[in-house]
Amino acid sequence: MTTNTELDARSSLRWLWRQLTSMRTALILLLLLGVAAIPGSLFPQRTQNPLAVSDYFKSNPGTAKFLDQLQIFDVYSSPWFSSIYILLFVSLIGCVLPRSFEHAKGIRAKPSLTPKNLNRMEFHAELSTGNLDSAEAWLRKRHFRIRRDANSISAEKGFMRETGNLMFHLSLILILIGVALGSLFGMKGDAIINVGERFINTPTSYDVISFGKLQTEKNLNPFSITATNFKATYDLVTGAPSDYKLSANVANEVGTTEESKVVRVNSPLTFGSTKVYLQANGYSPLVTVRDKSGEIKYQGAVIFLPQDGNLTSTGAIKVPDMQPQVGFIGSFTPTYERAEGGGAISSYPEVLDPRLLLSIWTGDLGLDSGIPQSIYRLNTSDMQRIGLKTLKLNETHDFGDGSITFEGWTPWVNLQIVSDPGKIYALLGAIFAILGLLMSLFTRSRRIWVKANINKSGVEVAGLAKNAAPGLENEIASLVKGMKG
Amino acid sequence: MSSTNYAFISNYAVYSAIALFTVAFFAHAIEVAFSLRNSGDKTKFDFTRTKRSGDLGTVMVVLAFICLLVAVVSRGISAERVPWGNMYEFSITGALAFTGAYIFALWKYKIRWLGLPVAISVLLTLGTAITVLYVPSAPLVPALKSAWLVIHVSAAIISGGVFLLANCIAATYLILDRYEENGGRPVWALKLPTLEALDQLSYRLVALVFPLWTFSVIAGAIWAEAAWGRYWGWDPKETWAFITWVAYAAYLHARVTVGWRGRKAAWLCLFAGSTFLFNYVYVNIWGTGKHTYSGL
Repeated sequence: MTTNTELDARSSLRWLWRQLTSMRTALILLLLLGVAAIPGSLFPQRTQNPLAVSDYFKSNPGTAKFLDQLQIFDVYSSPWFSSIYILLFVSLIGCVLPRSFEHAKGIRAKPSLTPKNLNRMEFHAELSTGNLDSAEAWLRKRHFRIRRDANSISAEKGFMRETGNLMFHLSLILILIGVALGSLFGMKGDAIINVGERFINTPTSYDVISFGKLQTEKNLNPFSITATNFKATYDLVTGAPSDYKLSANVANEVGTTEESKVVRVNSPLTFGSTKVYLQANGYSPLVTVRDKSGEIKYQGAVIFLPQDGNLTSTGAIKVPDMQPQVGFIGSFTPTYERAEGGGAISSYPEVLDPRLLLSIWTGDLGLDSGIPQSIYRLNTSDMQRIGLKTLKLNETHDFGDGSITFEGWTPWVNLQIVSDPGKIYALLGAIFAILGLLMSLFTRSRRIWVKANINKSGVEVAGLAKNAAPGLENEIASLVKGMKG
Repeated sequence: MSSTNYAFISNYAVYSAIALFTVAFFAHAIEVAFSLRNSGDKTKFDFTRTKRSGDLGTVMVVLAFICLLVAVVSRGISAERVPWGNMYEFSITGALAFTGAYIFALWKYKIRWLGLPVAISVLLTLGTAITVLYVPSAPLVPALKSAWLVIHVSAAIISGGVFLLANCIAATYLILDRYEENGGRPVWALKLPTLEALDQLSYRLVALVFPLWTFSVIAGAIWAEAAWGRYWGWDPKETWAFITWVAYAAYLHARVTVGWRGRKAAWLCLFAGSTFLFNYVYVNIWGTGKHTYSGL
C-alpha cells in the first residue's frame, strides 16, 4: 500500500517535471512573463516613484487599496511575478542541462550510420563517376566530422549551432545569478551635499539608504568625498541643461591623501564595486537668523528642492533656538520673475537675479514630538504666520522677534551611491548570450552522405539541412565537382 | 555653413523625401492597377505593361532614401551630435532605416510588391514626424551625452525598421490567407509571393535582427549603469523593451521548436511588433520615466 502511493507520488512528480520542462510550458511561461510585466509600466511603482504611488493613494483610495493587495505597485518584487520567472528558469534549466550533456556526448561520438534509403533526403543524386576516397578527402578538408564505413560515408557539420544555442540559454541563467547576487549583497543610497561640504561613507551621512537582504552597513566602503565645485551649463535659449560637472576631492580611506576627481552624469566615481553617481542638483540659500539682541541663532546653507526645470526651489528653515521658535517656508528663484497671478517663479536655471521668498511662522516647530519630520517642510499645526517677505541678495528683514538675512547661495548635488557585486556576472552573461545567439544563428547544421553503388560504378550522394538552412544544394554541387576533379 | 543652415537643409530634405514617396506611392499604385488585363473570361495580370511605372516607383524610393540620408546627416551636423535625441529625430532616422531595409530586401529577395505598403508606412511616419513631433534642432541634455547614445539607439532604430518590415509581411500574409480561404486571391494580389514564401521571409527578418535587438537592450543596460546607477530598473521603456524581447523570443521558439507556421506564427509576429510600436508611442508621449526627455 505504502509503496503504491509512493510510486504514485513519484510518477506524478515525474509527470509534473516533464510538463514543466516541456517546450510548450516554457513558451507559455515566457509569454506570461511578458504580459505580467505590463501592469508595472502602467501603474506607478514604489521602487521608482514612491511619490506618484502616494498621489495615486490620495486620488483613488479605494482602488489603490485593492490594487495594493495585488501588489500592483510592487510588480517586479511581487510573489506572482517572481514565481513566473522562477518557474521559467527551472523549466529552462530542466531543458538546457540535459541537452548540454547530450550535446557534449554527441560531439565526442561518431556521426550516425548512413541511412538505407538516401533518395528520401532533401537532396539526392546518383553519380556514375566518383568514389568514396575522393569524397572523404573533400569532406575532411572542409572539417566535416566523418564516419567511414565499408561502402558509405556519413558526415556532419555545424555543431556550433547547438553549442551557441545552449551557450545562449546558459548565459541567461548567469544573468539571473548576477541579478540575484545584486539584490542580496547590494546596497543603494542617496545623499545630498552642499558644495564645500564633505561626505563620509557611513550610514548616518545618507538621506536614504537600503541594503540587500544579506548585506549590512558594516560593509560600507570607507571613502570620503569633498565637493569643491559644481558647474552646470545651460542652453541660453531653452534653459535646457547641457552639462553638469562636479569637482571633488576624494580619499579612499577617510583621512588618507585626497585626490581631485571630476564626476559627470555619464562618468561616475568608482571605489571597488561601489559607484558614486551625480544624480541631481539644486540650490541652498545661505541665511543668517538673529534674535532681537542681534545674536546669531542660525547660520548656514539650507537645502531647497527644485520644483521645475528652471530650478524654482522650495524648502524650510527651522530655528528651534529662539523663543518662541521660528520657522520659514521658503522659495528660492535663481532668476526671479513675477508669476501670473502673483507669486514668483524662476525664468532661468542659473543664478542671475536671485530672490528668497519667505513666509514667517512662530510657535512650536514640533521637533520634540518624536514624530520624524521632513527637513524640507515646516509643520505649521502649532504655528502662526506672522509675515511674508521677498528678499534680495544681502537684504535683511526684521520680523519683530528677530531678523533674517539672505546672504548668498551654494549649489548642492545629489550623490547616488550604489554597490552591486552581481553586475559583473550579469554583464558576462549578456556578452555570452549575444555570442551564443550569433553563433547559433550563423552556423548551418547539415549532414551529407555518400554511398558506393553496389551494382554499378559511381556513388550516391544525399544531404539534409537542419531548419531548412539554405546553401546545401551548392555545397553538394561542389562536392560532386570535387569528386570528379 | 552655420548650424541653422544645416537645420534648414534637413527640413527641406524631409519635405523632398515626402514628395518623392508620394510619387513612389502613385507609381506603385498605377503599376498594380494598370497591369490588369481582361483576356476572355479571366482577369489576368501583365506586369510587362506597367514595368516602367514600377521602375519609376523604385527609383523614387531610392532617391527618397538619399534625401532622408541627407536629412538625418544634416540634422546631426546642425545639432552637433547623432540625430536621435528626440522623437522627431528618431522618426526620421527610423524611416531611413525602414526604407534601407526595404531596399536591401528588394535587392536580395525581389519584393517589389511591398513598395506600396512601404510607401504608405513611410509617408505616415514622416507626416506625423514633421507635423506633430517636430522640435527645433538643439543640443542634448547631459544624460544623453554618451557614446552609448550612438550604439544603443542606432541598434534600436535598425531593429525597429526591420521589425516593422517583418510586420508588414506578416500582415500581408494574414490578409492573403483570408482571401485564399474564401475562394482565392483578388487580382491585385496575384503577383505577390506564395504564402509560404511570405511566412519564411518574415521569419528570416526577425531571426536576423533578434540578436541586434538583444544587443540594443544590453547596450542600453550598460549605458543605464553608467548614467543612472543601475543597469535595470523596470523603467517603462525598459519594461516594454523587455516585453518586445520576450515576445520575439517566444515567436522564434514557437517556430523553431514547436513548429508553428503560417497563421499562428504571423499573429504572434504582429503581436511582438506591436509591442515595439507601443513602446515607441506610449512611453514617449504618455509615459513617465527616465526615457522621457523634454520636447518629446
